[in-house]
Amino acid sequence: MMYKSWWKILASVFVLYTVVGGLLIKVPTLPILHESIRNLYFHVPMWFAMIVIYTVSVVYSIKYLISNDEKQDLIAVEAINVGLIFGFIGLSTGMIWAKFTWGDYWPNDPKLNSAAISTLMYLAYVVLRSSIDEEQKRAKISAVYNIFAYPIMVVLLFVLPRLTDSLHPGNGGNPGFGTYDLDSNMRLVFYPAVLGWILISVWMMTIRYRIRILENKNNQIN
Amino acid sequence: MKKFISFLSMMFISALLFAQDSKVEMADELRKSGKIYVVVTVMLLLFLAFIIYLFTIDKRLKKIEKGK
Repeated sequence: MMYKSWWKILASVFVLYTVVGGLLIKVPTLPILHESIRNLYFHVPMWFAMIVIYTVSVVYSIKYLISNDEKQDLIAVEAINVGLIFGFIGLSTGMIWAKFTWGDYWPNDPKLNSAAISTLMYLAYVVLRSSIDEEQKRAKISAVYNIFAYPIMVVLLFVLPRLTDSLHPGNGGNPGFGTYDLDSNMRLVFYPAVLGWILISVWMMTIRYRIRILENKNNQIN
Repeated sequence: MKKFISFLSMMFISALLFAQDSKVEMADELRKSGKIYVVVTVMLLLFLAFIIYLFTIDKRLKKIEKGK
C-alpha cells in the first residue's frame, strides 16, 4: 500500500483540481469574507490533514505498545513530524485570513489559542523524544505521551472553543462552514481538497518513514 | 530574504484589501478581464512542481530501497 502509486496520483489530481476549481468556480457573495471565502479550500484542509495524521500516529503508538515493533514507533514519530508541518501551515494561513476578516493576526480567540496550545503539545512530544537516549525507553514513553496528547488535542480543538464565544466558524453559536456549505458548488471543491491534502500528508509521512528505515539499516552495518 | 518575501506578500495582500468597498465586492473584474487565468496558471504550476518533486523523491527512495 505504502509503495503503490495510485493513491498518490489520486491525491495529486484532487489537489490540482482544487487549485483550478477553487479559484474559478462561483462562490456565494458574503460581506466581510468577499472573495477570501476561497481560503476555505486551502486553510481548512490543512487542519483536516493534521488531525488525520495525528490519528494515524496515535493508532501506531498503541500498536507499538502492544507489539514492541520499532517500525510502528517510527511511523508514529514521522506522522507527528508531518502533522506539525500542517499545524504550522494551518496556523499561519489562518493568521493571514484573520487579519483581513477579523482585523488582527491573532485576536485572542479561544479557537486560535487552543489550536496553538495543541501544536505546542505536539512540539513537546518531539522535545521529549530527543531528550531520551535509550531507544526502547524513548519509544515507550513517547508512545504513552502521544496517547495522552491525542484526546487533549481533540478537546482543545473541538470541545473547549464550543463552550465559549469564538469568532471562528463552528464554535460558540457561530455556525460552521455548514452555512457556506449549503452552496453545493463549494462542496464540489471542498471535499476533494480535504481528501487530497489528507492523502498528501500520508504520502509525506511514508516518505519520511522510508528514509528512517534506510537510515536505521545504514547505522546497523558497523 | 524570507522576511523580505513575506513582507512583500503582506503588502500585496493589504493593497488588495484597501481596494475593496463596503459593498460585497467580488473579483468580478479579475474574472471578466481574464486575468484570473494568470493566477490559476501560476498556482497550477506551483502545485504541479510540488507534486512532481514529491514523485521524484519517491522514485529515488524506491531505487535506494531496491539496492539494499
